[in-house]
Amino acid sequence: MATNAEIEQQIAGNEYKAGFISDIESETLAAGLTEDTVRFISAKKGEPEWMTEWRLKAFRQWLEMETPEWAHVNFPKIDYQEISYYSAPKSMEDGPQSLDEVDPELLAVYDKLGIPLHEQMALAGIAVDAVFDSVSVATTFRDKLEEAGVIFMPISEAVHKHPELIKKYIGSVVPVRDNYFAALNCAVFSDGSFVYIPKGVRCPMELSTYFRINEAKTGQFERTLIIADEGSHVSYLEGCTAPMRDENQLHAAVVELVALDDAEIKYSTVQNWYPGDKEGKGGIYNFVTKRAIAHTNAKVSWTQVETGSAVTWKYPSCILKGDNSIGEFYSVALTNNFQQADTGTKMIHLGKNTKSTIISKGISAGKSSNAYRGLVRMNPGAEGARNYTQCDSLLLGDKCAAHTFPYIESKHPTAVIEHEATTSTVSDDQLFLCQQRGIDTEKAVSMIVNGFCKEVFKELPMEFAVEAGKLLEISLEGSVG
Amino acid sequence: MIEIKNLQAKVEDKDILKGLNLNIGPGEVHAIMGPNGAGKSTLGNVLAGRPNYEVTGGSATLNGKNILDLDPEERAREGLFLAFQYPVEIPGVSNLEFLKASVDSVREQQGKKALDSVQFLKLAREKCKAVNLDASFLKRGVNEGFSGGEKKRNELMQMMMLEPTLCILDETDSGLDIDALQVVAEGVNAMRDENRSFIVVTHYQRLLDYIVPDFVHVLANGKIVKSGGKELALELEEKGYGWLENENGAA
Repeated sequence: MATNAEIEQQIAGNEYKAGFISDIESETLAAGLTEDTVRFISAKKGEPEWMTEWRLKAFRQWLEMETPEWAHVNFPKIDYQEISYYSAPKSMEDGPQSLDEVDPELLAVYDKLGIPLHEQMALAGIAVDAVFDSVSVATTFRDKLEEAGVIFMPISEAVHKHPELIKKYIGSVVPVRDNYFAALNCAVFSDGSFVYIPKGVRCPMELSTYFRINEAKTGQFERTLIIADEGSHVSYLEGCTAPMRDENQLHAAVVELVALDDAEIKYSTVQNWYPGDKEGKGGIYNFVTKRAIAHTNAKVSWTQVETGSAVTWKYPSCILKGDNSIGEFYSVALTNNFQQADTGTKMIHLGKNTKSTIISKGISAGKSSNAYRGLVRMNPGAEGARNYTQCDSLLLGDKCAAHTFPYIESKHPTAVIEHEATTSTVSDDQLFLCQQRGIDTEKAVSMIVNGFCKEVFKELPMEFAVEAGKLLEISLEGSVG
Repeated sequence: MIEIKNLQAKVEDKDILKGLNLNIGPGEVHAIMGPNGAGKSTLGNVLAGRPNYEVTGGSATLNGKNILDLDPEERAREGLFLAFQYPVEIPGVSNLEFLKASVDSVREQQGKKALDSVQFLKLAREKCKAVNLDASFLKRGVNEGFSGGEKKRNELMQMMMLEPTLCILDETDSGLDIDALQVVAEGVNAMRDENRSFIVVTHYQRLLDYIVPDFVHVLANGKIVKSGGKELALELEEKGYGWLENENGAA
């Protein structure tokens, strides 16, 4: 008979499907972090002086900063001298000029991940930028995007080709000193995606980046910058995986979104970094700073499905600077075994009649801990601002934990803030109803969990909603046949 | 059809069923009545395999197969259906999705071809109509926000979709007004056929005016203490259960 105890057993038996290690010859920088490391990375990218200086300034500031300890997570102190800050597949030395020149091994890796670049080019109509360890390996569909005036390229390339945009916007949403991990990223970021949508342009296709950490003992510090100029529109999706390794690996990314007047950015994430094994060994430390600024009448929407990483520390946020701007945050965070997640959002209302919506769904299984942490702040200028927050937790089994830390600050009397929260479990009665109708426990749990996440999944682009549902199923999949 | 021999079961260390015997032939409708706490609901739950209901002795064979060794979902696929007294809600899982998963798994076991989405939707709409539920209920979460009567009709609708061989109705009449009761009874009567049997667990004779049983059994203190035809129900209505328990105690 299936009880909650049995589900627990089943979900403990999950397997990480993206955990293979690829045998690709890489050039990896020796571990350690000094000003020389920063200079090395900058030189490797052939960066102009101003960029190198910007990095060095960040590095010096980082040295004076402390690891934040307020999050509801526990992990051993990270030795930043033990990490390698740069790794690139060797065959990339001269950089591929087109997809045909990309190492077939590398493309095979993406195939294994279910991201066949060629196929995507042909069928899906999705432009993909793939970041492997530290460098961007392929950006598809560039020609078609160029026609529309859309710039979609590795940020390392944008530094050379569009220095005025980089100079103007890098660090403008997430300042160098914002937090410890952001400062570290500023100093050592290796690559990432850069997107610019010109005035009034509706980006003709979904843009997407896949990140993968392959080399052992390397950190990944990607940096993404998206600028949607006035009245433009873009939808962007990122996916992430990493091989199974016993030691923990650090991922400290920064994502900055700029939505100028009347622009709209939709940013979706499916995060499936290696979560560690059943005993909690290994896995990615995912310490990410994501923030958007929305100007007048602009709209920014974050959707995230977080199933991976050993420790997640992530708060995609919106600064609603312009009047009537809108911020949205839709999140599903699933933790299993010994995973820990402290995730949520910040909605900072500055402009008049700004609106924000937060829908957070946390699922905890195994011995994991899942925390929602959210800030809603109505500043003195936020006349008529509104926020609605709904924060639901689902517990599977009785050894996991769910926490909610909502911070609400209102400095304007006309602001309206609503917060709803629920905590529920999959009850034995619900399971029995399913079983009595011929549905086995595994399928029942998957249906119930997917039902719980429905409000968030419907925000994802269609094909990724299906993928997200499957990912949850895999993350909870049992060894029972 | 189903043969129950000397069935004993306990719930949380308390013995509830204490040697129950019951034979039900194909096409028969058996009503189980009895005082509160006699074990009426336990019988249905034990046969369906509800967790925490522990079988301590005896056997139950459905079409020659001992079902007590099977998982609950396997029993369901063998054609056993339990209409719950208190159907639970499953928020977020639509009735349609739930039904599809259910019907697919049962049909697969029975070696029938899966229904395609169009056929399935058509069938589900038909059955909704038969139990007087608006088709919009298919899109709602399973029992989510349904009234008591709607939940019971939803159970009946599921039963119609699954076409089980043994239907156990656990106090399906509780909480139903007379109109809803008639709808449910009509639905059950429409499903009666020579290959399908029913166990109707009820407190009141009222339901049996609409679903006329072939046999009536009185369950008291974990055993069947009296069996008879449909007229036994009327006698119980008149005299209550006290005389039976006394009679049984004396014997």
